[in-house]
Amino acid sequence: MKRAFPIFALLTAILLSYALYEALVAAPTEQTMGNVQRIFYYHVPSAWTAFLLFTINFVASVWYLIRRSPHADAVAVVTAEVGVVFCTVVLLTGPLWARPVWGIWWTWDVRLTSTLVLWLIYISYLMLRRFSTSGQTPVLAAAMAILGALDVPLVYFSIWIFRTQHPQPVIGGGGSIDPRMWHVLLINWAAFLCFAGLICWSRYRLEILQREVEEAQALETLEPRSSR
Amino acid sequence: MSKNSGATAGVTGVTLAKDLRLEWRSKDAINSMLFFALLVVVVFSFSFDPNAEQSRQIAGGLVWVAVLFAAVVALNQTWARELRNQVLDAYRVSPAPANSLFLAKALGNFIFVAVLEMLMTPLFIMFYKLRPLGPAWQLIPLAVLGTWAIVVNGTFFAAMSLRARSREIMLPLLLFPVTIPALLALVNATTAILTGELSARFWIVLLTTYDVVFTIACLLLFELVLHAE
Repeated sequence: MKRAFPIFALLTAILLSYALYEALVAAPTEQTMGNVQRIFYYHVPSAWTAFLLFTINFVASVWYLIRRSPHADAVAVVTAEVGVVFCTVVLLTGPLWARPVWGIWWTWDVRLTSTLVLWLIYISYLMLRRFSTSGQTPVLAAAMAILGALDVPLVYFSIWIFRTQHPQPVIGGGGSIDPRMWHVLLINWAAFLCFAGLICWSRYRLEILQREVEEAQALETLEPRSSR
Repeated sequence: MSKNSGATAGVTGVTLAKDLRLEWRSKDAINSMLFFALLVVVVFSFSFDPNAEQSRQIAGGLVWVAVLFAAVVALNQTWARELRNQVLDAYRVSPAPANSLFLAKALGNFIFVAVLEMLMTPLFIMFYKLRPLGPAWQLIPLAVLGTWAIVVNGTFFAAMSLRARSREIMLPLLLFPVTIPALLALVNATTAILTGELSARFWIVLLTTYDVVFTIACLLLFELVLHAE
């Protein structure tokens, strides 16, 4: 297990470099947007990765409430944290792409706004974990994660009705996309998934170690070494 | 089953009556909410100085943001008041069903916020020269659904943030992001009714869905949150 980590890290680094080359050099230049469009290979995979991580967070939270497994709770913390990071990447690369292409940094359309609200919900989830002094923070956090996840479809629909004018997204918007671009996109997604997996893995180990240290410290307080 | 639900209703009723009596004697929540909402209305009125037509466009947003902010004042006191003399611990060890306690608190908050709304509405009409052009009666079911949306989640999150450092600030941090769809529906429906240009029906359906989903979720999860010491 310990040896697997550096190997996986190395593979991720290679895959990321290859994906970078594919995105910046090998992928065809988009006709109307030009080179700016290449941000697409970072923007979209980050978004998919973030959504996947938030989904795992929801499943882990439900699992924690059913089984009370501390591992499920650690997975929930880790996926929420890394998910927020990827979601932040989405929210930062979005305006960078929108400004030259649409001429505006931000528009209150359904995808942008839903992603922003999603980001807010998971930030408040992390705040709860950070500020809670309860001994059962995992239970509170899991309840919050479930309410947050229930909110997502409602957020999406409410904003969809609120703002239906949307510059058709590149994927699923009926627009045709060069098969070569698809290929590069999927390679980048794979690379980002590996990268996310890598961070989650090391963060998960850190979380488990941290808990072991806390437990050991608590034991130490209960029975000091001198009395043993 | 019927005996159980009878006990639930009984505990709910007793707790609700106790909370109302406490509030009637101290008037802490309602006074602070009312004054806070009044301040918001006056400050907004100064900052925008709208004419009647502009008022119709912005009043929906103003009134509900004022209510949401003011509701936080009452919601923060919901459970904090039970910490004194370890009342909350007594609830935890008592055999009373947790959900009846939650319902009592949510209903109590609903009543406080509804009273606030009733007192605020004439002020709003006066300050913002409001005269709805759409079907005004729809504002009543809308207010009921919207108030419930705010208080059901608010009561839940207030219980959640009870054990947090800087508890008073924790509640809005948890409540506002999750309330966004409800707030959006409320504001748009109110604006639609005031301007009379669009139908509010769709927003009312959305708000009803929100209420149903979150009431069920809160009832299912509340027992866990209550016992999370």
